[in-house]
Amino acid sequence: METKNGVDTPGRAPIAQPHLRTDNWRKAPLWTFIGLTAFVVYATIRVFTQSAYFVEGANFHYLSPFASPCLSDSCGAAAEFGTWGTFPQLIPLAILTLPFILLFRLTCYYYRKAYYRAFWMSPAACAVPEPRAKYSGETRFPLIMQNAHRYFFFIVVGVSAINTFDAVKSFHGTEGFGLGLGNIIIVVNVILLWSYTLGCHSCRHITAGRINHFSKHPVRYWLYQKASKLNGKHMQLAWITLGTLVLTDAYIALISLHPNFDLRFIG
Amino acid sequence: MSHQAEFKVWRGDSDGGDLKDYTVEVNDGEVLLDVIHRLQATQAPDLGVRWNCKAGKCGSCSAEVNGKPSLMCMTRMNTFDPNETVSVTPLRAFPVIRDLVTDVSFNYEKARQIPAFSPPEGVGPGEYRMQQVDVERSQEFRKCIECFLCQDVCHVVRDHDDNKQAFAGPRFLIRAAELDMHPLDSRTDRAVFARDEQGIGLCNITKCCTEVCPEHIKITDNAIIPMKERVVDKKYDPLVWLGSKIGIRHD
Repeated sequence: METKNGVDTPGRAPIAQPHLRTDNWRKAPLWTFIGLTAFVVYATIRVFTQSAYFVEGANFHYLSPFASPCLSDSCGAAAEFGTWGTFPQLIPLAILTLPFILLFRLTCYYYRKAYYRAFWMSPAACAVPEPRAKYSGETRFPLIMQNAHRYFFFIVVGVSAINTFDAVKSFHGTEGFGLGLGNIIIVVNVILLWSYTLGCHSCRHITAGRINHFSKHPVRYWLYQKASKLNGKHMQLAWITLGTLVLTDAYIALISLHPNFDLRFIG
Repeated sequence: MSHQAEFKVWRGDSDGGDLKDYTVEVNDGEVLLDVIHRLQATQAPDLGVRWNCKAGKCGSCSAEVNGKPSLMCMTRMNTFDPNETVSVTPLRAFPVIRDLVTDVSFNYEKARQIPAFSPPEGVGPGEYRMQQVDVERSQEFRKCIECFLCQDVCHVVRDHDDNKQAFAGPRFLIRAAELDMHPLDSRTDRAVFARDEQGIGLCNITKCCTEVCPEHIKITDNAIIPMKERVVDKKYDPLVWLGSKIGIRHD
């Protein structure tokens, strides 16, 4: 005979309905599911098709964040950090960084909440029973690996530095400096990526969260306060940066196919 | 202005019970606890309900309102549509005693297991000195009124009664954080205690505890996640371990 668990546990108020919520609690996990799935589908297609990821003109040099740093011989002028030979179709051009960006976001404390709720329904919403009888949280493999989040944070700080380099380089084409809409999109994307990265809970811990005497470490405490401020917007930045990554990549794809479409302000 | 509103209030005990329909007068400015008291005074004198301060500070009148863990004294009636039927049940993570009253002794057992505040040796009562900036993180967690709504909504124990042995729940993880972050607490084993004895690894940070907290304590972001990071320091980060061993890191 199956032992009753959860809200049906003997001794608790015997209520027939598993929950009594009357609001539209399905909406948030559904939108999360749609948003994350849409991003994963878009990113997968763009990373593995290896096309329209770079465009260079007289006054601009646009490289998609999904292909940076571009490490294949096929990258041409997009290879800013050398190449590692010719990559076959299924190897991403940014093989050095993309797995770590993925792992950083996968182990992010915000995204964990989002996908545990939307994909694993653990729980789908507060006070709504989850569908599984057993639960071990993040105590066992593979979920115990969520504890490696800080390592991915350190790596992604380096990736953000590469993105910053790309943003600076985007202003310089074959003939010199220029300014176009693409530059603005790339720079805004990089600023938001830094904001998301530096607002990470692990960053907050590393700056000063782990110490108990802020008064003895004023510089670290100042950094902690800044990280905490960004951390307060971590969920919003997590979603906004997914959007700006797609926007940046899609804009560069558009300009690589139609270079004259770039709205130019200088050069 | 007043109107007649429909309620479904759970009546019964652990042997059985049901959601009973009631129609009760609701006046402007009232909260749900006012209505429950009117119900008790006019139609159901034997209705069991625990309450005390009526000001959201004692944590006694916890219940589930339309399926959401809430304080009845902080649930304003004007947040409901006048034609809406409002359900009121006891907390569903704890054994029921009668009607809206539950046995929350699980929480007191978990509280007793936590090692008490431990000031440095030689510092006696009245001699505690600390900077405000150092203690304000812990002060956020002192706002807790022990209503146990966070304990009730946490799916780790709500949906898995078998985890009650291993998991202390959000209220006691903020107590762990309060003490571990305290500038005058001298214990260095609180993070390890949080992992091994309080089961912090079972928390998957889905933030329901934060959503229901009537004191708006950022339980997940300011207490549980920082404690998880401190557990990583002590148990999962080889570089921190190495740094401690060779003496370049002092915690």
